[in-house]
Amino acid sequence: MSIAPAALPEAEAPILPFTVTLIIRRFDPEVDEEPHWQDFDVELYSTDRVLDALHKIKWEVDGSLTFRRSCAHGICGSDAMRINGRNRLACKTLIKDLDISKPIYVEAIKGLPLEKDLVVDMEPFFESFRAVQPFLIPKSAPTPGHEHTQSVAERAVFDDTTKCILCAACTSSCPVFWTDGQYFGPAAIVNAHRFIFDSRDDAAQVRLDILNDREGVWRCRTTFNCTDACPRGIKVTQAIAEVKQAIMNNSAKK
Amino acid sequence: MSSQPTETQAPTRRRKPRPAGTLYRGDITGLWSWVLHRITGVAIFFFLLVHILDTALVRISPAAYDAVIGTYKTPIMGLGEVALVGAIAYHAFNGLRIILVDFWQWGTTHQRLLSWIVIALWVITMAGFVPRHLISVFTGQ
Repeated sequence: MSIAPAALPEAEAPILPFTVTLIIRRFDPEVDEEPHWQDFDVELYSTDRVLDALHKIKWEVDGSLTFRRSCAHGICGSDAMRINGRNRLACKTLIKDLDISKPIYVEAIKGLPLEKDLVVDMEPFFESFRAVQPFLIPKSAPTPGHEHTQSVAERAVFDDTTKCILCAACTSSCPVFWTDGQYFGPAAIVNAHRFIFDSRDDAAQVRLDILNDREGVWRCRTTFNCTDACPRGIKVTQAIAEVKQAIMNNSAKK
Repeated sequence: MSSQPTETQAPTRRRKPRPAGTLYRGDITGLWSWVLHRITGVAIFFFLLVHILDTALVRISPAAYDAVIGTYKTPIMGLGEVALVGAIAYHAFNGLRIILVDFWQWGTTHQRLLSWIVIALWVITMAGFVPRHLISVFTGQ
């Protein structure tokens, strides 16, 4: 914290920026064989976010730094990255919440093919997402002029998993997903959960059958990395456990 | 995990070569409890393998069995037994925690508490076992 000079009658104490070191894992597929670390010193305020630091580097120091971001406010889910060894959204990680006496390590999320710097190929991730049929499949159309109705209690059952923004922070924090890219991953299961437990939906059994697979929910080893990584605070491991229980209860009934 | 040192250090910095990527900073009650569960599981498997083989010797020749079991009565094996009991106690308690997390709603929301209970139970078990065991290993009583 800077100490303001004692005599500053009118003006408030000036808020001074401080120098923060970022160490970013860079990879240019046209030049590099292996990713490598590169240091950047940036002047930042404690109200800045890691995304602001990346912007500063890209706009003022090195325009070749490549990363995804879109809304920059934690909704679009583009800027998930591994910050100081944890998967976080760059736009939701404040500099003041990090230990700036040490450098901040920023690297791409793991388990998905690295394309350039902090950008990974999200296609395998979205493929798993599509595979669980993440859309409403009702058996009957609602009466003309009305919609499918649902009570507050019925809605509350899956409220938590509606919050997903598909940033892949959970899936790429999962040690099972790192070693076994075939695993559906937490995000796909969260989005299956959102429809399995929706009272308006009638295809729960289809999704449970898809996830009752070698590479489905049974791959989950409850390390809780995903729950910790989720920028939306979804209790991911709990959602996966609920799907596991739904599969077991269903097969017991038959 | 390959860790080739990279040449591309910024000119102003002088640091020791950095690892290929950062290690995921998981929680001891989550990621690392799982890693430890794996390590103790594999270790116990190899113990059981040896244990079944040496016990099977008694069918072949009781004298050979006695000779093999006799070589275990050294302080080093005594310390090894501490590690073995530690691994089994951890694997057992943590296995029960994993079952609770999978089958009990309350388990997924109170996972951190459950993990600390596992560690507490392990400490209590070891506190009861280790002093008694080491006394008998080193004094022969």
